[in-house]
Amino acid sequence: MESTRNNALVDVRHLKVYFPVMRGIFRTQVAEVKAVDDVSFKVDAGETMGLVGESGCGKTTVGRGILRLVEPTAGEVFFEGQDILTLPKERMRQLRRKMSLIFQDPYGSLDPRQSAGNIVGELLTIHHMVKSKSEYHDRVEQLFRQVGLDPAMTTRVPHEFSGGQRQRIGIARALACEPSLIICDEPISALDVSIQAQIINLLKELQQGHKGLTYLFIAHDLSVVRHISDRIAVMYLGHIVEITDSDTLYRNPLHPYTKALLSAIPIADPLIEKNREHIFLKGEVPSPLNPPRGCAFHPRCAEAVPECSNVTPELEDVGNRHQVACIRVKA
Amino acid sequence: MAVLLEVKNLETHFKTEAGLVKAVDGISYHIHEHEIVGVVGESGCGKSVSQLSILQLIPSPPGKIAGGEVWFEGNDLLRYPANGSKMRDIRGSKISMIFQEPMTSLNPVMSINQQLSEAMQLHLGLNKADARKRAIELLKLVGIPAAESRVDDYPHQFSGGMRQRVMIAMGLSCNPRLIIADEPTTALDVTTQAVLLKLMKDMVDRFNTSLVLVTHNLGVVARYAQRIYVMYAGRIVESGTTEDIFAHPRHPYTVGLLKCVPRLDGDRNKKLVPITGLPPNLVGMPPNCAFLPRCPYRIEQCRKEPWPPLTAVRKDHEAACFVHLEDKDLGINAE
Repeated sequence: MESTRNNALVDVRHLKVYFPVMRGIFRTQVAEVKAVDDVSFKVDAGETMGLVGESGCGKTTVGRGILRLVEPTAGEVFFEGQDILTLPKERMRQLRRKMSLIFQDPYGSLDPRQSAGNIVGELLTIHHMVKSKSEYHDRVEQLFRQVGLDPAMTTRVPHEFSGGQRQRIGIARALACEPSLIICDEPISALDVSIQAQIINLLKELQQGHKGLTYLFIAHDLSVVRHISDRIAVMYLGHIVEITDSDTLYRNPLHPYTKALLSAIPIADPLIEKNREHIFLKGEVPSPLNPPRGCAFHPRCAEAVPECSNVTPELEDVGNRHQVACIRVKA
Repeated sequence: MAVLLEVKNLETHFKTEAGLVKAVDGISYHIHEHEIVGVVGESGCGKSVSQLSILQLIPSPPGKIAGGEVWFEGNDLLRYPANGSKMRDIRGSKISMIFQEPMTSLNPVMSINQQLSEAMQLHLGLNKADARKRAIELLKLVGIPAAESRVDDYPHQFSGGMRQRVMIAMGLSCNPRLIIADEPTTALDVTTQAVLLKLMKDMVDRFNTSLVLVTHNLGVVARYAQRIYVMYAGRIVESGTTEDIFAHPRHPYTVGLLKCVPRLDGDRNKKLVPITGLPPNLVGMPPNCAFLPRCPYRIEQCRKEPWPPLTAVRKDHEAACFVHLEDKDLGINAE
């Protein structure tokens, strides 16, 4: 196990991303939103790490923080052993070739005026990945084929494609510079269910074809995340509450929030549903402007004890790389 | 169980620049008293339009209810003029609707009290003070804390989940016999979704109403519905009890839906089977089965003959398909 840990492609340590809240004509800072508050996790080369949580939990901000699309407030992000948060801008730009992003909205994330070929090929020119025009065209056509699009369609513009095809263009663009890490931010939630499966299968096949291709798969749908990920981190209100492999997460969840989240997801089988325990959370997610003291989940937690409102639980390993942030769970 | 609502050969058409769209193409179904029925299908299959048609809420033009009957309490609702008083007496009172988007379906410049009271003053004949009292009761019932003070708040002061609770309260306010919930929790987080669906189920049990749950989520219907109608391209392709449909699906589209969605308890190494191709364009549809181009089980007969009618395959279970799926290994029931 130890050797795989040193093999981490991405090593996020105590990442914090705070957004200032400004008010008044002098734009003085009156508060801050702790979107990501002390998040640490590792992603091994070649694996898929799922990041799951409900809206506003900070999962997207973690992805953007790793790419420095928002500048983190504190913490370290090691990518291939290098702390990328301290890199100068230009070096970071070069390194971005190795990390790319697939967006949620296949309509908004493609420039409507550019041809699909251009959208996919633009990065090849920017990062000097090709030497000649013919090499450029060959590579774009190859990328189209890789994601299951007809290379004859390179001259079309985005509106001529369906939602699923557009997402394929987005994936081809993400693959263009042969990245080692792709951050997939809700890549299928805008698609119809019958199309979602095509994209999930494509992402899985691409990973089997590229040794070492690593995904950070960010989504709210735990069924989908569990299907595609090797390991999963569950987030709540800016914190990671549990990290473990996908099968253990379903069979043996330890954090009360993970249990509630799992039980809330209906399974498409009435016989199983009849016999499942359903946990209903009370109240609502507190505002990240004014998070609860101690464990962020304690006001809604059925298992909370008085101590939970005083102690902020650390993410602790309970064995087999299963980490939980709950003082009630003992190793 | 007595039949509460019976829809016969409902057809709703839309005139578009590209041609006539038969959004609902001759569907028949019924809802029993005190029953939860799921209407399942992907976007554009006509599931919402069919429900809006029942209350004549189709914008016309471009939409038009081209034919059919909707029998409710001994009357055909489609014979009432859409804007007449008889139809208004039904809407919100006997049959109410809960919509998907709680932000756009609540009026942002009216307080919650005004919006809740309006229907109750109109349909139940309550005066202002009594309506307000009942509004507070309803808000308490759906789990809104500090209902006495929050009743005077405006929609923007509520979170998405709380707004949907207000919508549920509104749907219940006039003691309807039927509630139609159109994707009531799709825009919400999954833990909130679970709480609200449970709330709706409890309300149905408590007030003896029926509930139509329109959704694309098979899990939601598996958990709550007693019977299911599966829609594709404006038609019902399969209907039956929830247990039957999940255990023995008899239409290839239903089978496709079950196999393309990852299950929380599923085997992760098992590949998802996508439904090939795209949902059909509803303009100028051929007379054959609309699922034919995407169907892995199609036979020669499907090409030659028009769309098959719904036929009984088992007791209380119908499917619109020529192929006998009971003879085939469908590759479902993974566990």
